[in-house]
Amino acid sequence: MSSELMTWLIPLPPLLAFFLIVLFTNRSKGLSHTVAIVAIAASWAMSWMIFFRTLEVEHFGQAVIENWVPWLPFGSEEVGTEALAMGVLVDPLTSVTLFFVSLTCFMIFVYSVGYGNWGKPRDLRHDLPGNPPHNGIEPLYSRFFAFLSLFAFGMLLLCVADNLVLLFVGWEIMGLCSYLLIGFWYARQYESPHQITPRQAAVKAFMTTRVGDVLMLLGIVYLYAQTGTLSFREIMYAHEGEMLTKLAATPSYIVGLSVAGLAGLLLFAGAVGKSAQFPLHMVGKYAQFPLHMWLPDAMEGPTPVSAMIHAATMVSAGVYAMIRLFPLLSAGWHHGDPLTAPMWAMAFIGAFTALFAATIAVAQNDVKKVLAYSTISQLGYMIAALGVGAYIAAAFHLVTHAFFKALLFLGSGSVIHGVEHGMHHAHAEGLDPQDMRNMGGLRAKMPLTFWTFLIGGLALAGFPFVTAGFWSKDAILGGAWEGGYVVVFVTLAATAFLTAFYTMRQISLTFLGEPRTQAAEHASESDPIFRWMLFALVVLAFFAVTAGWAGIPESFPGLGGLPHALGFTANWFHEFVGGALLEHPPAEAFDVVPLATSLVVALGGLLLGWWVYRDIRAGARDPLEAPLGPIYTLLKNKYYLDTGKYRDEATGEYRDNLYQFLFVRPTIWLSETLVSAVVDRGLIDGTLHLIGRVALRLGDIFRNYFDAPVVNGFGDLVAEVVKRFGRNFRVIQTGKVQQYLIVVMAIVIALGVVMFMPGLGR
Amino acid sequence: MIPLSWYLTLAAAVFCVGLYGVLARKNAVAILMGIELMLNAVNINLVAFWHYLTPTLASGQMFAIIVFTVAAAEAAVGLALIISIYRRRNTVVAEEIDLMKW
Repeated sequence: MSSELMTWLIPLPPLLAFFLIVLFTNRSKGLSHTVAIVAIAASWAMSWMIFFRTLEVEHFGQAVIENWVPWLPFGSEEVGTEALAMGVLVDPLTSVTLFFVSLTCFMIFVYSVGYGNWGKPRDLRHDLPGNPPHNGIEPLYSRFFAFLSLFAFGMLLLCVADNLVLLFVGWEIMGLCSYLLIGFWYARQYESPHQITPRQAAVKAFMTTRVGDVLMLLGIVYLYAQTGTLSFREIMYAHEGEMLTKLAATPSYIVGLSVAGLAGLLLFAGAVGKSAQFPLHMVGKYAQFPLHMWLPDAMEGPTPVSAMIHAATMVSAGVYAMIRLFPLLSAGWHHGDPLTAPMWAMAFIGAFTALFAATIAVAQNDVKKVLAYSTISQLGYMIAALGVGAYIAAAFHLVTHAFFKALLFLGSGSVIHGVEHGMHHAHAEGLDPQDMRNMGGLRAKMPLTFWTFLIGGLALAGFPFVTAGFWSKDAILGGAWEGGYVVVFVTLAATAFLTAFYTMRQISLTFLGEPRTQAAEHASESDPIFRWMLFALVVLAFFAVTAGWAGIPESFPGLGGLPHALGFTANWFHEFVGGALLEHPPAEAFDVVPLATSLVVALGGLLLGWWVYRDIRAGARDPLEAPLGPIYTLLKNKYYLDTGKYRDEATGEYRDNLYQFLFVRPTIWLSETLVSAVVDRGLIDGTLHLIGRVALRLGDIFRNYFDAPVVNGFGDLVAEVVKRFGRNFRVIQTGKVQQYLIVVMAIVIALGVVMFMPGLGR
Repeated sequence: MIPLSWYLTLAAAVFCVGLYGVLARKNAVAILMGIELMLNAVNINLVAFWHYLTPTLASGQMFAIIVFTVAAAEAAVGLALIISIYRRRNTVVAEEIDLMKW
């Protein structure tokens, strides 16, 4: 099979699986998960075949796999029909993305089999559809795999897309699926009305990413209006980047921004939402500040969904799109030049989001929420890396992060399952199985989960030399330092320290020390369902370590030459992915400052985290609470930057968070007061009522002055005349034949007289 | 030779007798008989006019024959009706047969 055809086929099996499950196999849970897993395995196999084929191509960046068909049969004269071509493109960036996306998706699917309690009987007494199962198989098991498949389709489609429209289509499919999956346990209710339910979280995620998506769509439309094409090839690579040079030189209507700058900013705004970045989320999906707050609430979904959203797909999609568009964002920029406007925005927002989210993660007690904020923080890292021009480092961190964050999420799901198991065993119902304060000492109870989680955690913290996270983080820090962006560098270093700290805090609280509850005491991973989950964990743990070895800088003392000595390309990742750019970026010179910094912050953070949280007793307060005081409360309440309400510890009252106050309440006010009362009930209803009243009056007039007198009057008159006639003349109908005959004779005689009497008639 | 007017006078007299019978008799059979008389008066007229005015044409006789046929059919149907009424209502008095009124 040709590489082009195979690229076209990569996204299709999961789509097929989705329809098969929804239409045919929904009733059979076993058949459904078989279909889904076979489909994703097919996509995975094809993705890796593409990946390994591209490895063999010399200078693959100049000989990418591309294929397209004319989509709409017209196009302008200048740009030809290619302007509306749909196609696939595999360049080095796509290739490595396919590598990690397909594998993590595959592992998440396998994990979901165990997570959905496959193999257990349906517990009809306790488990209702739309609620998390207690101990039986997930009631909507087939549906879950259908949604996962569709999600995987969206992501793979986005990866292979060669133009912004197709990318946007995949993007939106994922938006829909995230809504469906976050709200998967749609019937779930909590005791506290202030705790966000899955249903609300789904709506929130959908609405928030929509803000980013609209901005991204604006960026796409603007770009199309300016260039007449949306193909990545056309915009960024064709004719040696001539288009980019032109765009960078053309001023937009907004003062001080070139066309490329404005388009880039808009597209970035979209991604902000997706990647939950602190600022504008290029297209909303990578959840950056200020559109980040949907992501932690997305934890309401089942854990494989969290992994899917946070590691393999949705948020990665935002960053992937940004990396993909990097030539546009940096149009006119060369190494050493001042940053372009979109790059400034990315560097600032990325670094800020990274630090901001990391501080929040320190004070969270929910095992999944910590990881959620950690994800926001790490995505900020990537965006900041892009902002300072460290293109390859950003892509590298994207890959490694996908592996270790998927591992951590799936590991936390395993922990939650284990604790739930302990809850049932100890009859300690009503406990929150996700609260780390209820755990502790799980190292002995769930050893395999512990070791894989530890590997993931160390990778996230950037444990030196071994883990993948260390190399990618080091690359980003090195990039920031080399470019001379000290503020970004310091922010990211502080973030790295906090990352190591909260990671170790999480590991200590969860796995180390003594069990703090009966549930933790009885937690176990011996149930057969854990076999599926642990398999996925082990595979991902392998890559969480080894993925980093592909990007060891050549100039790194001691280790840099090692791959070369073993027969591999030195700093393979840099060589390979760098080929995606027109101008192959130079390898960074080795500098001791970033290395020393990342060593110090990673090890220091880990040590401090272990030391502070090494032995927390049941019911003890968080050790940070006393020294940090009000700051701790601030962090715990996420800087009050969220929708919904927070609990005021002093008074016990619930108060509005900032977004609730700033956006939700005005929106509700606007909809209730202005839109509902004035526009809807006043203007629209008023107009309608007016039309109704006029029509009624007109009807009355017609009825009273035309219909009743004229139409009815005529009809009634005819009937009345006939009736009277009949009433008056019926007396002559006696029924006696001879009387009739007399009348006949009289008339005949009369006629005879008239006709024959001379002088009458003629 | 007897002139035409005598025949016409006879026919008128027979017709009047028949008409009187139809209008004045109570018995439905007698009414039927009155009708027969009126038809025969018409026949006399037809034959008389033929004989005196157009003896070369057969139309007068033909008409007379048709009238006979109709009269026979009418008598048969009329009598059948009367029998039927008698069986149902036990009467043949025309005045009592007055169902067809308002």
